[in-house]
Amino acid sequence: MTDVLTRRQLLHRAAAGGTVLTLPGLLAACGGSTKESGSGSTSSHKLAKTLRFSNWTLYIDTNNKTHSHPSLQQFQQKYGTTVDYTEDINDNAGYFGKIQGPLSRGQSIGRDIIVLTDNDRYLSLMIKKGWTEKLDKSAIPNMKNLLGVQQHPGFDPNRDYSLPWQSGMTGIAYNDKLTDPILSVDDLLSNPKLKGKVTVLNSMGDALSLVMLSNGDDPAKVTDQSFNNAIKRIEAAVHSKQIRQFTGNDYAPPLAKGDLAAAMSWSGDIAQIGNPHIHWNVPKDGGALWTDNMIIPKGGDVYTASVFMNYVYDPKVAAEIEGGNPKTGDTGVYYISPVSGARQELLKVNPAIAKNTLIFPTKKMLSTVHLFDNNALNNEKYLTAWQNLISG
Amino acid sequence: MGYLHRHRQLTPYLLLAPGVLWLAVFFLVPLGFLAYQSLQSGNIDFGYAFTWAWGNYWNAIRDYRGHFIRSLEYAGIATLLALVLSYPVAYWIAFRGGRWKNLLLLLIVAPFFVTYLIRTLAWETILSDHGVVVNTLQHLHILAPGGRVLATSTAVVTGITYNFLPFMALPLYVSLEQIDHTLIEAAQDLYASKWKAFLRVTLPLSLPGLVAGTLLTFIPAAGDFINAQLLGSPNNHMIGNVIQSKFLELTDYPAAASMSFILMAAILVAVIVYARAVGTEQLTGTTV
Repeated sequence: MTDVLTRRQLLHRAAAGGTVLTLPGLLAACGGSTKESGSGSTSSHKLAKTLRFSNWTLYIDTNNKTHSHPSLQQFQQKYGTTVDYTEDINDNAGYFGKIQGPLSRGQSIGRDIIVLTDNDRYLSLMIKKGWTEKLDKSAIPNMKNLLGVQQHPGFDPNRDYSLPWQSGMTGIAYNDKLTDPILSVDDLLSNPKLKGKVTVLNSMGDALSLVMLSNGDDPAKVTDQSFNNAIKRIEAAVHSKQIRQFTGNDYAPPLAKGDLAAAMSWSGDIAQIGNPHIHWNVPKDGGALWTDNMIIPKGGDVYTASVFMNYVYDPKVAAEIEGGNPKTGDTGVYYISPVSGARQELLKVNPAIAKNTLIFPTKKMLSTVHLFDNNALNNEKYLTAWQNLISG
Repeated sequence: MGYLHRHRQLTPYLLLAPGVLWLAVFFLVPLGFLAYQSLQSGNIDFGYAFTWAWGNYWNAIRDYRGHFIRSLEYAGIATLLALVLSYPVAYWIAFRGGRWKNLLLLLIVAPFFVTYLIRTLAWETILSDHGVVVNTLQHLHILAPGGRVLATSTAVVTGITYNFLPFMALPLYVSLEQIDHTLIEAAQDLYASKWKAFLRVTLPLSLPGLVAGTLLTFIPAAGDFINAQLLGSPNNHMIGNVIQSKFLELTDYPAAASMSFILMAAILVAVIVYARAVGTEQLTGTTV
């Protein structure tokens, strides 16, 4: 670890930076280690010894016997770069709270890739504040496999800074031992048989999408009116004690145990639980679609991170991450892969998973799920109103 | 050492230095920063600026008065419950524990080898809707059929009481243990009934422990948010939950900082009133 930037390094990085050596680039170079810390989109084409990757829990293929991640091991064999994989992201806000201090001071956070969700404000905030490195697209030819719907999101129209890791749908899960099928938000929020046995997600984008759709409003274009109507509807359900709690993905154990009859929930969680009594569906009036995106935080190694992104966009690797491999005892992520061609690859290895519509949703399902308004996610007034609602 | 001998008056300061330094670095400096932050305005997108924004305080009181009151209420009830539960236990261990004393004390502390979060999650299972506790309560008609304990204020107060019980029991035990038994015998020799001897001798002598225990329980309980988060519903959230969400979900640091100060002030006032009522000497146990 050298904290002093030598003249040679400075010139080297200026050259590597391609254009001008910006202050953040300089800081990234200072904050980084002796290995290359890229400072622009055309970083030096040298792989680092380790790639530091922070992800959400249970979000990659895992061999349960050896507790290893086969896709990461294969990456190491192929490129000689070890992946230092940390499952330390539990929620967007909490993780952002941890990293915003060093990033705002121009320090590296010691990570090359982190994963944040597009239906929370922090992903777009990271890009807007210039706290992410530009991807080295020349190292990611497999980007051509990115699904069409994912190519031009509002927060990063040309995918210069981010690439999807996984997507998921937000809908309703119910336990058939305790209730008849719960297929609509209306049922969830006002069926008297479910009083106190229902949870709603604490993420504003997820919860409001579903309620707005049920109100007949468009979650992609939030207005004060549609926002207030949705808030009022949820508020009423809190006061009538219909809603027991607002949760992150901690709805899963009580749903399996029977403390909850139904829960607003994410598709992949329910696929992972694999409990035959717990069913998940897109609500009658529509559900939400969200995507977790890989980004390179300032000071991360752009080239190595880009090579890794290219690797996971190989349909074979994407299939392995998504569905695991029953022959070797690997479990997959079971959310929705953004890589086209992954399903075809998985059909060869693990057809049961490839045919699961929670993991590879049908066109019809995808036509009923909606994205949440990006502006609303950054509206202080909305955010405060939402937090006040869920914290009682 | 020669120098110290010559400047003996320095010794107390040298002894105080590590503690003072610790407090300065890890308490006063962060507290000062928090105070500074509580008077800022702005947001995470455009940054925060120091503007003497006293409005943060008024807004906090206006919008979250209910949460402050609820926090003090839950913490107060939990403290009282912890006292009622642990006094007999501490008394019994101190007076009748005999050679089992150490083992019994260990048993009080034993659950605390497990982390706070896991202990609270365990209560989520214990009080679950189809668990033994709820079923029994329904059988005894204490709870209506279909009624529940989880996600109610009862569950939150129960969780807090359980989680802070040792902070009450241990100081109580220490002060009860130190009581000179001959004083109680003397009281009985002077025709005091057992009950009267307890009220006139044992209870006053155990007051320092009682005061220390109630403070050690009440103060952290008032700022707790884990119990309300895991065992309560949104209707039972405490001010700690609001501060947590302001800090981490909304990144509204000024609002969160000002609420932290208001909570601190509220606790301080409660403690001062309490100390006045029982007499400050009980806090230090100097005159007994």
